[in-house]
Amino acid sequence: MAPFGKKRESGPLDYAGRWSLRLWVAGVMLFLYLPLASLILFSFNDSRRTIRWEGFTFDWYGKLANDDALISAFTNSLTIAAISTLFSVVLGAMSAIALWRFRFPGKGLFDGMITLPIVVPEICMGVAMLVFFGTIMPWPRDLVWPLDLGAIAIAHITFSFPFVTVVVRARLASFNREMEEAARDLGAGELRALWDVLLPHVRPALISGALLAFTLSLDDFVITFFTAGPNTVTFPVKIYSMVRFSVTPEVNAASTVLMAITVAMTLLGMKLQGADIARSEAP
Amino acid sequence: MLIRFENVTKRFGSFIAVDDVSLDIEAGEFFSLLGPSGCGKTTLLRMLAGLETPTEGRILIDGVDMVGVPPNRRPVNMVFQSYAVFPHMNVAQNVAYGLKIDRVPRPEREARVADALALVKLSEFAHRRPDQLSGGQRQRVALARALVKRPKVLLLDEPLSALDAKLRDAMRGELAQIQRDVGVTFVMVTHDQDEALAMASRCALMNRGTLQQVATPGDLYEYPANRFVADFIGTINLFEGTLSVDAPDHAAVTTPALDAPIHVDHGVTGATDAKVWVGVRPEKIAMTPASGLRPTGPAAMPQANVTHGTIMTSAYLGAVTFYDVATTGGTMIKVSAPNGTRSANPALPTGTAVWLHWAPDAPIVLLG
Repeated sequence: MAPFGKKRESGPLDYAGRWSLRLWVAGVMLFLYLPLASLILFSFNDSRRTIRWEGFTFDWYGKLANDDALISAFTNSLTIAAISTLFSVVLGAMSAIALWRFRFPGKGLFDGMITLPIVVPEICMGVAMLVFFGTIMPWPRDLVWPLDLGAIAIAHITFSFPFVTVVVRARLASFNREMEEAARDLGAGELRALWDVLLPHVRPALISGALLAFTLSLDDFVITFFTAGPNTVTFPVKIYSMVRFSVTPEVNAASTVLMAITVAMTLLGMKLQGADIARSEAP
Repeated sequence: MLIRFENVTKRFGSFIAVDDVSLDIEAGEFFSLLGPSGCGKTTLLRMLAGLETPTEGRILIDGVDMVGVPPNRRPVNMVFQSYAVFPHMNVAQNVAYGLKIDRVPRPEREARVADALALVKLSEFAHRRPDQLSGGQRQRVALARALVKRPKVLLLDEPLSALDAKLRDAMRGELAQIQRDVGVTFVMVTHDQDEALAMASRCALMNRGTLQQVATPGDLYEYPANRFVADFIGTINLFEGTLSVDAPDHAAVTTPALDAPIHVDHGVTGATDAKVWVGVRPEKIAMTPASGLRPTGPAAMPQANVTHGTIMTSAYLGAVTFYDVATTGGTMIKVSAPNGTRSANPALPTGTAVWLHWAPDAPIVLLG
């Protein structure tokens, strides 16, 4: 119908076709990604000073790989993140199911309190943890690795698992109780029905919850700073101590590595989740 | 009998969902629990499945008391209203689920799944995922999944309510056929009386948690036990009146709604002068133009069972036409007439003056 050569009429909802909107999007993108792009760029800069481009090099990454203190901080961070994720997912999923499924005394209070670690300012959580591990439950010093990371892991679990609870609860709201009843009717015991029917339904939420918990733990600085000891330095804390001397391209390289891991984890999680949701969308 | 409810009561807080129900269901029946929404029929079914526990009373299946037996240990299986087909399993896996839990060996399991899928005509769909199936096909999966366990009783919760009209009609016949083929006792909950009448061998009509009548579809329609049953099943004209004659072989009721008495060809056990209700079904009323002769009533009482009126509205439904006829006294009477010929439909236009009359076996005398 449309004559050749004629410009396509833009529909009332074709906002993307307007130049004003395109400009706006470009501005936002620049604002969001320019700092990150420059961080990555200068990690490849062949110069001690960071402001001038002197040539491309992998030297700083080589230096990272040989920095034992940094490697140990990195290992600590990954270990803490793994422990925290495991406990956060189990605790978070269990409290979500408890809140969704059962009526019990104090439910309202529990419901309100569980999201508290999400809204309480991190600095307050940090100080609270400092006081807690300083006076009420001192974490023994000089434990063998990874037990010496216990205090930090506990702190991370505390602020991570409510996020898992929130995500899992949202997913539970769309669960059809007749599914569980059908499993029971077909011969499954109570636990088996939960395992066979409820678990597959909430799996996407468990994946995104785990992802949240992992990244929250991996890049947490404030709370970790208050709970870390001299022998239990994490990656973000280590970067901070490096910056205190000077911002070298080595810091850039370390940050880039942290960022790459976080992005990779997110992509992996989204992929797993997408496949899972697509399968469970049948009514 | 296969299933026995003994004085079963179920309360949710102060709400009484099921009120002192006693009911026997025989093996091989297609039994229907019928009633308006909130009448307790679904609660009764769920108690049979073990998904609710009776507050009082006992439920026996094959002579075994089921109270305290969890749903996974009962010889019953259910087709849920939402079908509850597991979305993360394909059709064959859904059907095999119950057998897997029972640790049925693999060769037997596969054979039984294949048989069940053939029974519901889904053999080619064995490897489809539920999201690739239509509503009707999903229901068949739910049916196969329940039947493959060879239950003593199959429970169906509003099995046809989510299907469109054409499919519903087809499934009606097919469900009844499957029930005859497998010989399993079916207990079906429905709020749709057509469904219950068309499929069930016996129906229990419930209202507000109590059983109103347990009877065959024919008896439920022609011999309702009370006013609720008469009114719920089909359409009926109900007149309040007084029993003026009560002989062993006939009786008469005078009602302010009509200028002539209503004569029935059987005795009523109530005493003369008792307050009664009389119901007459629309299709049992004959209608002739008022220009003709006044029809004569029964020989014993020629003036009875005849009234005069004017057609106020008519609704042509193809096979039948429904008329609202106002009597001279102002009472509205519903009449239906089959459209036996193709010409001259609707047979009588609005405003026509007509005689209405009915046979002495048409009126239903109700004491309550």
